[in-house]
Amino acid sequence: MSYTFTVSPDFSPDHLSGWYIFNTWLQRQSGEAIHLELYDNFQAQRDAIQANKIDLIYANPFDAAMLVREKGFLPLVRAWNISDEAIIAVSADSPVNDVAELLPGINVAVTEDPDVHTIGMIMLEAGDLDASNINTRFYNSQVLIAKSLLQGEADVGIFLAKAFDDLSNLTKKQLKILVRSQISVIHHSLMIGPALAGRRDEIQALLLAMNNDDKGKSVLNSLGFDAWIKVEDEEMEFMIDLMDTLII
Amino acid sequence: MLSDMKLEDIVGEYKETVLDLYGNGSRKIFYTDIETPYPDGKLIVSTTDKAGIITHVNQSFIEMSGYTENELIGMPHSILRHPDMPSAAFKDLWDTVNRGEKWQGFVKNLCKDGGYYWVKATVIPNIRHGKVVGYTSVRRKPSRTKINECIQLYPTLF
Repeated sequence: MSYTFTVSPDFSPDHLSGWYIFNTWLQRQSGEAIHLELYDNFQAQRDAIQANKIDLIYANPFDAAMLVREKGFLPLVRAWNISDEAIIAVSADSPVNDVAELLPGINVAVTEDPDVHTIGMIMLEAGDLDASNINTRFYNSQVLIAKSLLQGEADVGIFLAKAFDDLSNLTKKQLKILVRSQISVIHHSLMIGPALAGRRDEIQALLLAMNNDDKGKSVLNSLGFDAWIKVEDEEMEFMIDLMDTLII
Repeated sequence: MLSDMKLEDIVGEYKETVLDLYGNGSRKIFYTDIETPYPDGKLIVSTTDKAGIITHVNQSFIEMSGYTENELIGMPHSILRHPDMPSAAFKDLWDTVNRGEKWQGFVKNLCKDGGYYWVKATVIPNIRHGKVVGYTSVRRKPSRTKINECIQLYPTLF
């Protein structure tokens, strides 16, 4: 029997090959046939989850509630020392220096990444801005958000903080950060579905030991990670509850 | 049961009053007009058990409230209760979460040093295996417009 693994569509393009390498490593270590299926967007991935086509997922925290509470997924691990944070930025020559100075009617550039979008909107709320009084413009990458600010198409951009930090120095110099989130407890997680649940402990142990040998380390590095750490069931429930408070 | 606030912890000119904590006795408190602005980009997070006793706080909670983690865990959440907050707001909170629903509102919280900070709070019941086991409260930065509305509204609710 073959299982299907998928990755939250917001993964960095730099790590595309890394996920294939990781999938190969996982197949060898677990002895299971696992097919990596990547989706172009979150809706296509959610449709596949709803259709019970997914057995293993590196999931966006926004989707964790649905995975755990509707589809019976269980947490395995998350990347050590990596959490999902957002940045609100404007063009460096913008007169705005604080979210409170932003005015209704502005164009806000975002990607489809749902947790970063949610965190960003919460930070804009402090300026009395919400979906009803801004124009949201969706872009396919964080680089395109930066371009939209530099070209004046958008007034404000919501970035994944890590992606913002990875922009070129030249681009960053032309942008101004208004606020950076410091939440620390929202993170992507590798989760296992009901069909593979019987092997949860075993697969979790393989993942946790991955940074103990050179081969495992090099696979982790291809994903931009140093190590996996265990996610307890209650830790996942806590994050789901926390995300729930942010969605209204 | 909460002990009275200590005068030696208070910073600045203060007023004093006794708060009725509805089921948790009463507490003498000292409060000042010194506001700590909500920190940008942070969330203040805590969990309580079903009785409102604090079981978890994050670092931002500790920094903003001025209490240590040891001083907070095991205490009623009303340790943050400010005299300017109408009891109707908390009744609405408990009525809402007891129905299993989310509550959201703007709250003025009292710090250990007698100062205060405003938050936009969201409280949800923690449901595990179909049962409510406690509550999670997440606070974010409120807009100054909303704070000003509450400053006008809340005194009318006493």
